[in-house]
Amino acid sequence: MTSNSDLSACSSVQANPKPGMFKSVMNIQLFVFGLASAFFATPLLAVDGAALYVQYCNACHGERSGGGIGVPLTSPQNLIPDDYVRKTIRNGRPGRVMPAFAALTDEDVDAIVKHVQSLHGGKPPSYANTPVKGNLKHGKDLFAQHCAACHGDNGQGGEGTGVTLSRPRNLPIMAPALHNPGFLASANDQFIKTMLMQGIQGTPMISFLKAGLKEKDIDDIVAFIRHFEKEPISRTAIIADKVDPIISADSPYDLQTTIDNVKQAVGLNNFVFIREQTLDDGLVASGKNDPHQHIIYFCNFNLLSEALRTDPRVGLFLPCRITVVEQNGKVRMMAANPKRLSRLFNNSELNRMCDQMTKMYRTIMDDATL
Amino acid sequence: MNIFFRVFLSFFICFSLSTSANADEMIMVRSDRDFAETMNALQDAIDHHGYKVSKVQRVDVGLEAKGYKTDKYRVVFYGKADEIASLAKNYPQLIPFLPLSVAIFAEGDQTMLTTIRPRSFKALFPDAALQTTFALWDHDLVSILEDVRQSH
Repeated sequence: MTSNSDLSACSSVQANPKPGMFKSVMNIQLFVFGLASAFFATPLLAVDGAALYVQYCNACHGERSGGGIGVPLTSPQNLIPDDYVRKTIRNGRPGRVMPAFAALTDEDVDAIVKHVQSLHGGKPPSYANTPVKGNLKHGKDLFAQHCAACHGDNGQGGEGTGVTLSRPRNLPIMAPALHNPGFLASANDQFIKTMLMQGIQGTPMISFLKAGLKEKDIDDIVAFIRHFEKEPISRTAIIADKVDPIISADSPYDLQTTIDNVKQAVGLNNFVFIREQTLDDGLVASGKNDPHQHIIYFCNFNLLSEALRTDPRVGLFLPCRITVVEQNGKVRMMAANPKRLSRLFNNSELNRMCDQMTKMYRTIMDDATL
Repeated sequence: MNIFFRVFLSFFICFSLSTSANADEMIMVRSDRDFAETMNALQDAIDHHGYKVSKVQRVDVGLEAKGYKTDKYRVVFYGKADEIASLAKNYPQLIPFLPLSVAIFAEGDQTMLTTIRPRSFKALFPDAALQTTFALWDHDLVSILEDVRQSH
């Protein structure tokens, strides 16, 4: 039977030869940790916004914050307020790759915001928190007519992640998700209205005033976007559940039989066997390998291609693998749980695929232990 | 590892993490260099930090052989033999995540590198005895990727 277990419960295989000594070391470590945390929590070092930007933002938003994978953080017209950037760093975009940087200090966030603003120059705008009132039904019609093509019929945003083959390369960015708790918590009505009225130069977002809409129409669209807060969460904002990080199953067979069974089960489930190696292959000299841990790599190239188109980061856990381990006379199959990994990627488009992969791993393990 | 070294290590890690204040679970770095140069820089940086590259998975080669369109895409596996052996023995739940890996792929004439931050393993494997290892890996990984980003 396949089980989804947390192996940290396997105390019989954990090394803990001197509990008393270990405890005292841990106490000293905790004391030092507390001391160091208290000491370094004080702003002894000036926070370097440029360095933080390079570390956290540059890869997606570009060196000059003009966008690329992520949206531009500045606009040629200087429309983006500090408050929006600050809240976006804190809230992220659930299910849309942009993480919530909850562990950054307020000083860090302020330094990043200041750096972003310095890239553009000029005084950052600010928008009153005055709600925009409008006709919801008319706003819905206008949204379908003018916004849905890029932002999705339900405001769920453009498809793909933004990198490599996952979006059309003729577009500078992907259309952001508007029906997203992170966006709605970061952008106030007046800011959204200004975006609609002026557009963002250098992106597909046009000025809808210039496109012929009246200010009242734009108010109606803003009201429709704001009403997303009262709607069920968009499918693109769903984050995968917390589940066990590992799928594992005990095997009633010996190590070699289990390995052979896994290889056979892989083929029966439409995967191609790629290779078998020990866990330490490439790390130790040939012949010195530990023969008790064997990785079996396999792939379904159609799934692989689809996964990489959806989010190129998933290659990190590809090709698929099941490790067969013999320990204390017991043989066990183990794999990282794709459903749990999906949560790390913060990409809702991966949820379905990862769910499917988890089921496939379980089926392969079941087949191998029949 | 003796007590004093562990204490020193804890202090060092606390200092490192408090000044870098990292938060998210994934890390992605953009290199201005092309794929081949970045791949060389990555392998050099891994080696320089005391790890060994165990294998490079040529994802793009496999895909192209099957008729799928892809840009250059590889996964670099790395680790330390003794450390992996010890962890596999004492914490078998970590085995599916070993060796550590970095995905590297072309993005136009630039190159992207991405991986899961080892410190995020804390949420997956909360065992207190593992946290120093995760923190060390995290520190090294950030340093490795920074070396790659700055390499010219």
